[in-house]
Amino acid sequence: MRQSPVSLAELPEEVRDVPAAEWLRLYRLMATIRAFEEQVNELYVTRRMPGLAHLYIGEEAVAVGVCAALRRDDYITSTHRGHGHCLAKGARVDRMFCELLGKAEGYCRGKGGSMHIADPDSGNLGANAIVGGSTGIATGAALSAKMRGTDQVAVCFFGEGALGQGLLYEVMNMASLWKLPVVYVCENNLYNEYTHYRETTAGDVLARPRAFGIPAEDVDGQDVRAVLAAARRAVARARRGEGPTFLLCNTYRYFGHHVGDVDRSYYRPKDEEEAWKTHRDPLKILREWMVGAGLARPEDFQAAEQAAREEVARGVAYALAAPYPEPREVTLHVYA
Amino acid sequence: MSTPSAALREPGRGEVREITLAQAIREALAEEMRRDPRVFVLGEDVAEAGTPFKVLSGLVQEFGSQRVLDTPISEAGFVGIAVGAAMTGMRPVVDIMFGDFLTLAMDQIVNQAAKVHYMSGGKLRVPLVVRTTLGATRRSAAQHSQSLHAWFSHIPGLKVALPSTPYDAKGLLKTAIRDDNPVLFFEDKMMYQVKGPVPEEEYTIPFGVADVKRVGRDVTLVATSSMVYVALEAAQILAQEGIDAEVVDPRTTVPLDVETLVASARKTGRVVVVDEGHRRYGVTAELAAVIAEEAFYDLEAPVRRVGALDVPVPFSPVLEDQTVPTPEQVAAVARELCGRSERDWR
Repeated sequence: MRQSPVSLAELPEEVRDVPAAEWLRLYRLMATIRAFEEQVNELYVTRRMPGLAHLYIGEEAVAVGVCAALRRDDYITSTHRGHGHCLAKGARVDRMFCELLGKAEGYCRGKGGSMHIADPDSGNLGANAIVGGSTGIATGAALSAKMRGTDQVAVCFFGEGALGQGLLYEVMNMASLWKLPVVYVCENNLYNEYTHYRETTAGDVLARPRAFGIPAEDVDGQDVRAVLAAARRAVARARRGEGPTFLLCNTYRYFGHHVGDVDRSYYRPKDEEEAWKTHRDPLKILREWMVGAGLARPEDFQAAEQAAREEVARGVAYALAAPYPEPREVTLHVYA
Repeated sequence: MSTPSAALREPGRGEVREITLAQAIREALAEEMRRDPRVFVLGEDVAEAGTPFKVLSGLVQEFGSQRVLDTPISEAGFVGIAVGAAMTGMRPVVDIMFGDFLTLAMDQIVNQAAKVHYMSGGKLRVPLVVRTTLGATRRSAAQHSQSLHAWFSHIPGLKVALPSTPYDAKGLLKTAIRDDNPVLFFEDKMMYQVKGPVPEEEYTIPFGVADVKRVGRDVTLVATSSMVYVALEAAQILAQEGIDAEVVDPRTTVPLDVETLVASARKTGRVVVVDEGHRRYGVTAELAAVIAEEAFYDLEAPVRRVGALDVPVPFSPVLEDQTVPTPEQVAAVARELCGRSERDWR
C-alpha cells in the first residue's frame, strides 16, 4: 500500500518483449474501461439506466493484463462486476451500453443486462450473477477444449467472495485431477459486498488451491505488467497441458459494491479509498513507469484518455438512441 | 413388476426382441456416442462400475475413460463442468445416481443451464442431458427415493422426459441427446429390469408426443413413468367391472402434449392423473389444471389426482408402501368418477 507507484524492481521476464505500443494499447483499454464505468455511474445517477450495475473502476489492470495474455478464441467467464472483463476480451463499447440499457442491439438483445453479458464471438461465455456460479462453466470449457483437442485456455474470473462457495473447490479438484487448461483469477478487492474478506475467509487463500496441487501466486493486481506476466506464465502452462493455475490478484474497487452503494463509511474508511487511488492506481502506475523509462510521453496518455472518452461518448449516445427489442421477443430464446 | 401387454406396442414388424429398460438406456447412449464424437458421459461410478444399477456397464470398454468419465462425488461441480462443456461444443450426458442428489446441483441446473440460452439472447446453447432416477419402494428411505421431476418442469428453459417402457426410454434418450437444450431425463429405478420389445433398427421418439398405452372409452388415466404400470393394472381391475379405461402417458412433461391429453379427456369425460411425485403442487396438479381448463365443458366430473403421500419417504416397508399410488387406489378413484362403488359391481 505504501510502496511507490512503480513497484516492480524490474520488468518480469515474461513481458520484456512487450513493445511500448502494446503497453500503450493496454493503457488505452484500461482508460476505456474507466471511462465506460464512469458513464455507467452517470446513467444510474441520472436515472437513464434500468436496474443497478457493479463498477470495475480500480481493478482495470486485472482484466486487461489477463486478457492480453489470451487469444480471441480462448474463453473467459465473468462476474456481476464484469464490464471490464467483457471489454478487455474484445466487446464493443456501443453494444455493451445497448445491453445495459436493455436495447435490442445489446449483446444479449436486452435479455441479460449488466450482470449477464455474453459474447461468444470474443470467447466470453458470460457474466454470472451467482457468486462463483461460473467456476463450473469455465472449468467445463477447459474440459471441452481438451476433449476437442484444441489448445484453447479458459480463464475464470471471480471475486474473493467466491472463496466462500463450495463449487469452486469441487471444480478446482477436477481441474487438477484432469490437468485442465483453466486459469482461476481471483480478484481480491478486499470486500465481500459490504464485509471485509478477513471477516469471512479463514486461513491462507493461496493454501486452498495449493491443497489441490494447483500452483498459486500472489499478483499485484494494480500493476498491469505484473498481471500480464503472471497470466502469460499461467496460460503457457495451461497450453502445454500442465493444468490449472490460480492467480490471486490483489486489487481494490474505488466505488461501492454497486452504483447505489454511496455511503460506505460503515464498512471501510475514506482514507483507505484515497490511499489506493493516490498510490495504487493502475493507470497511474503504468503511465509513470512508461514516462520514466522513456517509452512514452505524457501527451500520449492524454491522447489515449481523450480517445477513450470519445469512444464512450459515441457508444452511449448510440445506445440511448437505439431501439428496444420488440415486445414479442419476450418468449423468444427460452428454448434453442 | 409386470409389464402388461398393452404397454408393449411399437411400430416394428414381425418378431421384436425384448430387452430391459437398463439395456435400452445403454443402447441409446452407445449408439449416440458412436454417431457423434461430441457425446460423452460423466458422473459418479459410471466407468468400470457402470453405475450401482449397472445401467452403463460396458460403455467404458467401448469408448474409453476419456468419454466415460468417473467424477468425484461433486454433483454441483460436475454438472457445472458439463454445462461449460455443452456451451463450448460438447454434448455431455451427466449421470446423477439418485434424483435426490439433484438438490446439490440446483444452481447449475436452474440458474445456469436453464437460463444461458435466454440470457445470452439466443447466442449460447446448452445441449446437456442429466440422467437421473426417481421412485420409491426400494426401501431406501427419504434421501434416495424422491421423485423431483415437478421442480424441473416448473423452470422455463428445461425439458423433462419420463420414459415408462424400454422402447420409450431408448427413443426418448436419443432425442434428448440430440436436443440443443438441457434435458432432465428421469428413470424409475424400479423399472431397470422391466423388459419390453425394442426394435434393432434405429428410431427416435419426439418430445411432446403422448402415447396412449391402452385405448378405452369410460375414463382416462393419465400416468407418468412407472405409474403407467399402476394405471394399466388399475385398468385391468376396472375392466372386470365393466369400466373401460384409457391410459395416456405424456412421456415428457415439458414439452407437454396437451392435445392428446385433452382429446382423451373429451372422449371419456372423466380423468384421473397419476404421478409418483408428491401430490401437493405436483405434476398431477398441473396436468389436472391443463385438462380442466381445456376440456371443462366435456367433463362429466372434476379431474382427480393420485400422487405420492405428502410425507418424506419412510424406510419401513409397512410405512413406505402407503406413500406411493397403487392400482387399487387408482381404480377406486376411477370407479368413483364413473359413479360406481365397489359394492355396485358386487
